[in-house]
Amino acid sequence: MEAISHAGSVLGVLSKDGIVLAAEKKVTGKLLDLSGSNQGGYGGSGEKIFMLNSNVVAGVAGITADANSLVNYARQAAQRHLFTYNEDIPVEVLAQRLCDLKQGYTQYGGLRPFGVSLLYAGYDPHYNFQLYHSDPSGNYSGWKATCVGANSGTAQSLLKQEYKDDITMDGAIDLVLRVMSKTMDSTTLGSEKLEFATLTLDPETKQPKARIYRPAEIDALLQKQGLGKKEEDTEMKS
Amino acid sequence: MEVSFAMTGKGYVLLAADTTAVHSIIKVKTDVDKIKELSPHLLMAYSGEPGDTVQFAEYVERNIRLYQIRHTYPLRPPSAASWIRRSLAESLRSRNPYSVNLLLGGYDTSTYTPHLYWMDYLGTLVEVPFAAHGYGSYFALSLLDRYHDPEATVEEGLAVLRRCLDEVSKRLVVSPGKYKVKIVDKDGIREVEL
Repeated sequence: MEAISHAGSVLGVLSKDGIVLAAEKKVTGKLLDLSGSNQGGYGGSGEKIFMLNSNVVAGVAGITADANSLVNYARQAAQRHLFTYNEDIPVEVLAQRLCDLKQGYTQYGGLRPFGVSLLYAGYDPHYNFQLYHSDPSGNYSGWKATCVGANSGTAQSLLKQEYKDDITMDGAIDLVLRVMSKTMDSTTLGSEKLEFATLTLDPETKQPKARIYRPAEIDALLQKQGLGKKEEDTEMKS
Repeated sequence: MEVSFAMTGKGYVLLAADTTAVHSIIKVKTDVDKIKELSPHLLMAYSGEPGDTVQFAEYVERNIRLYQIRHTYPLRPPSAASWIRRSLAESLRSRNPYSVNLLLGGYDTSTYTPHLYWMDYLGTLVEVPFAAHGYGSYFALSLLDRYHDPEATVEEGLAVLRRCLDEVSKRLVVSPGKYKVKIVDKDGIREVEL
């Protein structure tokens, strides 16, 4: 739990037609090779945000090695479900699987628990868009908007004030970026320090679309939102 | 011989199965229910090797119910069909495979569509508008080819079903006397009197 409160923050917000996830990267620097995430396949892996299945994206906060192990387990669990039931794993079921694993490590074996908190953002036909948070004890809960990692307390109270039940996707993106800018260490937001992802529904096929933004796309998004006046208009139009 | 039929209609799936239990030349029981209710919106008619049928059907019923209890919502018909099919496929290459044929009818309450699946003991799974198992299928499928309407009302569907049953009674040497008919729609499962 201590390691998590010092780790880079991850923030998630649920909206009517999608979910937004943003994370602050702690491992950066000029020598870091980012070419993998620039041209990578699905953009499926970053440092903080990972695609677990075509309908679930997760943000991690805590010990990176533990997080990678959990993400791998989650991906296998999702495929096992697909193998047996021929359907995308429901988000809560995936959260439960991971939490059952994490809880096992607190009760059996004499091994140490996973020092990771995760935010799961996903879609399933039963409950539409959902956001879950799980911690090393194996406890999980559903949220409309939440934050883990450094400064999560301030971020959480900011979210509590600003969040509205009928928030739109654009409104959610705007809210996430504003809260991130207030809680992040650095003075300005930029693609070197920020990881960003959205989960929406494709309007024609009605299938969930997970999109982990590439660094260039993050910069473009920040440019767009950073224009100021425009964001208020999008919120009022809806 | 064991006979079962099923067909989809506008917002419902109709399943019918005979009610005789046979041992060599004797009808041991004439009011057997061969259509299991797996969940509030899922019906399964089974036929095949006596003993295997009930064993497998109950195994499926209990596991579907377990999923529902664990995860608060029931498995949708397509996913339930996949799970059942996989169980049959795994059993096929085991020491003693289940010799059971199934008709799975369900109503998906998230997409508001009826679904019907034909499954056999090899693990074959197809989604179909109408289906049948047993010797009765030779008669029923031709009739259903001609008269089935996927947008039919319940009454129209029952009329087509009656035709199938009459044809089987007329032409099959060992035709079953009585049938149990069940329907599943948005309101759940209910038995229908023919």
